[in-house]
Amino acid sequence: MSAPDASRSARGASVEPPARSGHDASVTAAAVYLDSPPADVAIAERVAADESTRRPALLFFHSAVVWLVVGSVLGLLASLKFQFPDWLTGEAALAFGRVRTVHLNAVAYGWAGMSLVGLAVWMVPRLVRAPLYRPGFAVVAAWGWNLWLVLGLGAILAGWTDGLEWLEIPYPIDAIVVVAGGLMAVSVLGTVAQRKTKHFYVSVWYVLAAMVWFPIIFATANLPIFGGVEQAAVNWWYGHNALGLFITPLALAGAYYFIPKVLGRPIQSYYLSLVGFWALAFFYSLNGIHHLIGGPLPAWLITTSITASVMMVIPVAATAVNFHTTMVGRFAALKHSPTLRFVVAGSMIYTAVSLQGSVEALRGFNRIVHFTQYTVGHAHLGVYGFASLILFGCLYFIIPRLVAWEWPSDRLIRWHFWLALAGVLIYVVSLSIAGWRQGEAMLDASRPFMDSVNLTKPYLVARSVGGTLMLAANVIFAWHYWLVVRRRGKERLEPAWSAGEGLA
Amino acid sequence: MNKYRVIFLGAVATVLFAFFVLVFMPHLQLLSVEPPAGLRAYDDSALAGRQVYVSLGCLYCHSQQVRAPSFGSDAARGWGRASYPEDYAYDYPHLLGTMRTGPDLMNIGLRQPSRAWHYAHLYAPRVMTPGSVMPAFPFLFAVKRQAEMGDEIVDLPAGVGPAGKVVVALPKARALVGYLLGLKHDYPAGPEPVPATAPGDAR
Repeated sequence: MSAPDASRSARGASVEPPARSGHDASVTAAAVYLDSPPADVAIAERVAADESTRRPALLFFHSAVVWLVVGSVLGLLASLKFQFPDWLTGEAALAFGRVRTVHLNAVAYGWAGMSLVGLAVWMVPRLVRAPLYRPGFAVVAAWGWNLWLVLGLGAILAGWTDGLEWLEIPYPIDAIVVVAGGLMAVSVLGTVAQRKTKHFYVSVWYVLAAMVWFPIIFATANLPIFGGVEQAAVNWWYGHNALGLFITPLALAGAYYFIPKVLGRPIQSYYLSLVGFWALAFFYSLNGIHHLIGGPLPAWLITTSITASVMMVIPVAATAVNFHTTMVGRFAALKHSPTLRFVVAGSMIYTAVSLQGSVEALRGFNRIVHFTQYTVGHAHLGVYGFASLILFGCLYFIIPRLVAWEWPSDRLIRWHFWLALAGVLIYVVSLSIAGWRQGEAMLDASRPFMDSVNLTKPYLVARSVGGTLMLAANVIFAWHYWLVVRRRGKERLEPAWSAGEGLA
Repeated sequence: MNKYRVIFLGAVATVLFAFFVLVFMPHLQLLSVEPPAGLRAYDDSALAGRQVYVSLGCLYCHSQQVRAPSFGSDAARGWGRASYPEDYAYDYPHLLGTMRTGPDLMNIGLRQPSRAWHYAHLYAPRVMTPGSVMPAFPFLFAVKRQAEMGDEIVDLPAGVGPAGKVVVALPKARALVGYLLGLKHDYPAGPEPVPATAPGDAR
């Protein structure tokens, strides 16, 4: 079995070989029999599950891809403003502070948020062997989510903002996403309630937890009752948890689903999955205040978050070891499965960016990089290198099963992968060096402040180059996405990359 | 795991624990923070200026927090004394910031008290600070043939700005600069120094 890949077998779950239901077999030996139905039943159920999620999942994914393109165009625009600070300054709506903010919200909540929710909607019915409960609720939720973003981002462009990072969308508009999220929860939790499986697979833990966490942190942070430094603490408790308790668990749910799925073998260790999950739940939720190191807040509060940030090594190492031992000996499959290629790259970057984050939270290191471009590089390594690469991989698997059409071009996927990877690496490396040097310059009071500005300029040009490659990758992906959902291009019976050639 | 309850309650418990530690406990501790006598509350004009600052996203490049001398060179740069929670007693939303693409502004009103400088800097940043990457904000100004009564003319170096016309500050620019000029945190704050001698000994 040289390059096992479920996506090879065909479009549509109907012809998936039964052995590929490895995800259910990952729990305990007894559960293999309890939770693994006969092959023909399993296949029929997966087809039914996909059919039940098709409309809402596609709506979430279509929207996410649009937000990806919108968000990355704005990101590049914001980056170019460092090279051309007098460019497009005529309108307040095009001011750096607004463009950058709309970029963040569009990619974090539009692209990552909506595609992760779409992933959850698609994945949960398969994993609990029950069709999606009230798919209409999920469809309304997707429209509501879009309405929230259109109004919210429009408000920011017009100058109406809550003024808190990651929470800029005015809180009256946030009411829309609360309703949308509630409908979403009814749909997903209702599906879980009708489950036919005894055991929950790891991915379901993460989805369920994220659906508990996000409403709590989002509602708390939007309460207009905090002010001053207390509000700063709440702001960053939320800001970091938007990554740690929403984007990360859902992206990991995708990785936990697709690595075993594509390889056709279970995750190596059930117990490492448990350690990874509970340690993440406990430690990640306490990370946020490391964004205020050196700031005017109680020292114990900051120290708590630093400690928790370092403790994140435990869940990250558990997950990394679990994924790696599952992959060992099977890396050749990366040549034949776009899904596996993207998901594994994203998972490796998850390990890297998380360990980087733990180091970054140490006072000695943070003192240098705190107020610098280093943090911006770290954020992009997380949301793009980790979460987005995993999401791309998930979509390469899911979309053909929802539209009954294979991705028409092998080449476009290769271009997408390498441009995205090269782009984000150029981006992060250049900003990391820039940030470090910027921080050192700022700490040296004998150097004028402008030194810290001037020395970053070549690196900021490199950042624009990296950003251009990322935008190109995203546009290629969006174009290919359009082709596949419109069922354009040559009809193929075999999925992309299955030709058996040694692919780059 | 096969128990819905375990996952659900476990998730709730962890996030509530984090809420308790990172939100509720600081809330209790910070309840006792009183505005210092030397800190003036924002008046309507300053609040309007602060709103311009918020809406243009100034905080994405400028922090408003001075680090202790033990943790950086802020004091040595003349950015002021270390900030304390009470300095932010009137701040809503908070504007502590996380980036110093530009310098800290906690005490910009002390460091650069010239209204004319701020107008010119907002209109043409690179004229006032060569090499700056700050965006220009021309939409906060109006170009007129001739200044009218009550206008604040932007004093630009020769050759900068539209020839034969004057640049005047719009109300938003006036409010913003008023807010910036009011950013002064030089009154005493922070933990009270331990007196060298007991009060009774002073006599």
